[in-house]
Amino acid sequence: MARSDVVVTGLGATTPLGGDVASTWDAMLAGRSGVGPLTQEWAAQLPVRIAAHLAVDPSEVLDRVKLRRLDRSEAIAIIAARQAWADAGLADSGLDPERLAVSVGSGIGGATTLLAQDDILEASGPRRVSPHTVPMLMPNGPAAWVGLEVGAKAGVHAVASACATGAEAISLGLDIIRSGRADVVVAGGTEAVIHPLPIAGFASMRAMSTRNDEPERASRPWDTGRDGFVLGEGAGVLVLERAEHAAARGARVYARLAGAGITSDAYDIVQPHAEGEGAIRAITKAVADAGIAKTDIVHVNAHATSTPVGDMLEIGALRAALGDHPVITATKSMTGHLLGAAGALESIATILAIRDSVIPPTINLDDPEAGLDLDVVAHKARHMEIPAALNNAFGFGGHNVALVFTRP
Amino acid sequence: MTRDEITAGLAEILEEVAGVNPDDVAEGKSFTDDLDVDSLSMVEVVVAAEEKFGVKIPDNEVQNLKTVGDAVSYIEAQA
Repeated sequence: MARSDVVVTGLGATTPLGGDVASTWDAMLAGRSGVGPLTQEWAAQLPVRIAAHLAVDPSEVLDRVKLRRLDRSEAIAIIAARQAWADAGLADSGLDPERLAVSVGSGIGGATTLLAQDDILEASGPRRVSPHTVPMLMPNGPAAWVGLEVGAKAGVHAVASACATGAEAISLGLDIIRSGRADVVVAGGTEAVIHPLPIAGFASMRAMSTRNDEPERASRPWDTGRDGFVLGEGAGVLVLERAEHAAARGARVYARLAGAGITSDAYDIVQPHAEGEGAIRAITKAVADAGIAKTDIVHVNAHATSTPVGDMLEIGALRAALGDHPVITATKSMTGHLLGAAGALESIATILAIRDSVIPPTINLDDPEAGLDLDVVAHKARHMEIPAALNNAFGFGGHNVALVFTRP
Repeated sequence: MTRDEITAGLAEILEEVAGVNPDDVAEGKSFTDDLDVDSLSMVEVVVAAEEKFGVKIPDNEVQNLKTVGDAVSYIEAQA
């Protein structure tokens, strides 16, 4: 039996740049930064006092009583999934729930719930701990809530691979449809951990930017002045669909999810492999899986988080795997790093770049690193035809995921 | 505290915890069947009521509190 083609028929997001996909995409093309100061009292003691907060708070979208039972990461996964589901037009399509699956992950999960309830435990005792604590903090919570929202009965899955989570969740969705287990998969990632403990932890690793007096200039992939990533929060969700299924119902198709490559480094728990070996293999596998030539990939939305080491390793990996022709960008320069949601949001940016024939800019790239010998779209968006593009996502633990999207 | 005052206090809690319209709260109403309060929300209602009315409601009593009136009677007897 021929392998099923998989297409993208719905998109949803809530991000530091906008409360939906359209506003986020507009802001990206305009080169706007979603990073701002952390004005909370707790931030004063931290070395890092900047982050990329959601442009639209979940309390503006979901009702108060529902929000009481949701971790913030769950609330925004629901918001993004509702948008994607409506966008795909599947609500009244007669889709069999047993042919519908969910694959939504988070890098860190319900950490803010855990910490808030621990405060209550310490201050008021165990009886005051919320009975909603466990479903709010469990790592599969966002996936399970999205499954409830759309009525998915073919399985609900929660991938966890740190900052590669969103991309790996999409890759799992591809596998599920190819295996014949479902016709539609709601897939993506979510993250909401702007809280002193995760920030202190990342800051202790010296992984975060401390450019506290210039928040909008802090995330600057490949710039010589980069000093770490900026934490962002948000969710991105795609509706993946078997191509024949989408065609049969006359669905609007954004792009084809043509291939995926997943590898692991087996090298270090947090350091990327010194030659980017795992990243090179992931990109190479993704292109092969898509059945195209490496020269067909004309654009890459890079993982590039604005860390001193990782950004340039990725350049080397892209050169080794694809050559020197792809035009690349790093949208984290505007959104900050959404951790487990990054791969999903950046897949959306990659898909829209293909659809609109325009690449959003890498802002703040004022003084490019000497070894930056690939063509980066700096400062301003660039129009060009994009028949095929690639999105990278790498995560602590040595996870490497590359996804290939092509024109439908 | 009168039964009406206790009912009004429970209505406040039910609105906060479960989004129940205070106008729907009356002694004859069942928490689960009429007011749509699920088991986890009921736990929150009980803990909030203990604090509000200064009473103890042990877990083995909660299963006997089927209606708002049952809860009012229990709190009235304890307070």
